[in-house]
Order: sequence, then C-alpha cells, then structure tokens
Amino acid sequence: MPEMNTSSLPDLIFTILFFFMMVTTMREVTLKVKFTIPQGTELEKLEKKSVVSFIYVGPPTDNLRAQMGSSTRIQLNDRYAEAREVMDFIAAERQGMTNQAEQIISIKADQQTQMGYITDIKEVLRKSWALRINYSASRRN
Amino acid sequence: MAKKKKKMPGLNTSSTADISFMLLIFFLVTTSMDTDMGLARRLPKPPEPDQEDATMDIKARNILYVRLNAAGQLWIQDEMNFGFADIKELRPRVKEFVKNEQNLSRLPEKHVKNIDLLGQCFVTDKHVVSVQTDRGTPYNIYFQVQNELVAAYNELRNELSKQKFGREYQYLKDEEKAAIRQYYPQNISEAEPKKYGGDK
Repeated sequence: MPEMNTSSLPDLIFTILFFFMMVTTMREVTLKVKFTIPQGTELEKLEKKSVVSFIYVGPPTDNLRAQMGSSTRIQLNDRYAEAREVMDFIAAERQGMTNQAEQIISIKADQQTQMGYITDIKEVLRKSWALRINYSASRRN
Repeated sequence: MAKKKKKMPGLNTSSTADISFMLLIFFLVTTSMDTDMGLARRLPKPPEPDQEDATMDIKARNILYVRLNAAGQLWIQDEMNFGFADIKELRPRVKEFVKNEQNLSRLPEKHVKNIDLLGQCFVTDKHVVSVQTDRGTPYNIYFQVQNELVAAYNELRNELSKQKFGREYQYLKDEEKAAIRQYYPQNISEAEPKKYGGDK
C-alpha cells in the first residue's frame, strides 16, 4: 500500500494557527488581584484592543494574601500601585498609541470594592485627560 | 565536460507538522478568546482652577438626585418626592424625569430646540441626573445604578427612534443617531463623593 501523502499537513496546521492568532488576544498580564466583575445589561464590546488599557482593582490573590493582606489593591501592568501612579501609567500607555484621543481605560474591579478606590482612580483619570472609561462587566441574562 | 547530474534528495519536511502543531498549542495556551465587554462612560473634563461650582445655577426641578450611602442603599430625590428606593424603581423614575411627557412643573423644564432631521422639538435638555456616592458604597451597587441610568436613556432613545425613523437606535445612521442624542442628551453628573457620616 502506498503511504499517504502528508506534505500538506504543515500548511493545514499553519492555517489553523493563523486563524487562532487572529481571533484571540494575548493574555496581557498575570493577575495579582482577584475580582468578580459586575453583571450588566447595557454593555458594549471593546472593539479596538490597541487603544485599551486595563486597571485591575480587587483583593490580592490567594497565594499573595499572606504577604500582602486582604485589603483592596490596584494593579497596573504587573505590579501593585497606588491611585496616584495611574497618571504615569496612562502616560506610558499613551506612548505607543497613534490616536491618543481614542484611548479607553477599562476598569476591572471586584464587586465588593468600596467606591473610594474607584473614585480616586477616576479623579486621577480626569486629571490625566483619559476621559473614556469602561466599567468591565459580564452580560446578565 | 558535463557531469552526470545527481538528483538532490528532498529535504525531510516530516517534522514541520510537529513544529507548527507546537506553535499552535503555544498560541492556544497563551491567548484568550473572550471578548471584553463593559459599560462605556465618559468622564467630565478636569475642572479649571478658577471654575465656579456650576450646580448652583441649576433649578431644583431640573435635578434628579441619586444618592448611594455606605450601606448600598439608594435614595432618589426630585423636587417633589424623595426617599429610599429599590433599584427597580430607578429606571422608570429616570425615564419619567427625562421625558416629562405631560410637561409637569415638578419635572425638568422644556425648551424649543431645532434639531436636524427632527425639526422643532420640545426637549428637556437642561436636566441633570446627579449621582452621589459614599466612599464606602460597594462598587457593584454603583455599577448597577449606572447600568440602570444608561438603560433608561437607551429605552427613551429607542422609543423615539422607533417613532421617528421606524427602527431601533442601534440600526440608525450616524446623523440620525446624533439627532436622537440631541433630543435625549445624557446628562449624568457625578459629584465628589461625600461622607454622610459613619465610618468608611
């Protein structure tokens, strides 16, 4: 029996690979805070990933709780930060953007977070002219 | 002196499939499919240093206060009615407030406004929904309130666009959307959070 011709198998796999590269997004950061985002009905999709920056708010993850405690923390990129550091973060995020006016800040915050933390972040965002924000949420059925 | 041509053996490509499989698996592991969703809001511009408090000039009938205390309780207040309320009451209250269908004197005043595509309209564009939170308010409650406010505006806009253009708001052309937005502008103001007393 002649062997099956497998020479087009790599091409096939590459096609699948390219498909996945296009429809998925890179996982941005390792999360150091854990959060359950709220559920809403009037949500919009975040279309342009290139102009979106994420701010995570919540208590430290279980394995970090021993050192960091369980009070609410803000995570920017890969580390914990204070609300006032958001300004530098915004400036750094803007560096690579071509259309800075379209910058969107997505706030991923835990449901139980006290509004004080969110308000502090919002005040800094206002001062840094990052006015388009997005409260990250999942769809409620 | 032509030498006898030797046939080159083909490069063994049988492992290419394995390599691309490994790439594929790498991408499957490091990426995520889920699309991010959220409630889009726009923050007000930063205050000018010499700016005076603009809320002083707004008539009482034009403001709907939505207050959230540290316990997560909701307080709705317009010129006539005030009191604690359930979150389910918020949407109809906001709709009634923004629409002011019967032109009642306790609800926002109406102005004649010329809007492209819609002509002369009688709109409540001076209304303000003022959301005030406490530093201790749970984020989830605040989010649900924001969600209800946006939902109220979306319902109003949908009603109007169905009536005027026969389609839902999201299917309208850009200039039609702009006209609807002028009819029902989203005037949500968020004051500095207050501490109504009690510990954080």
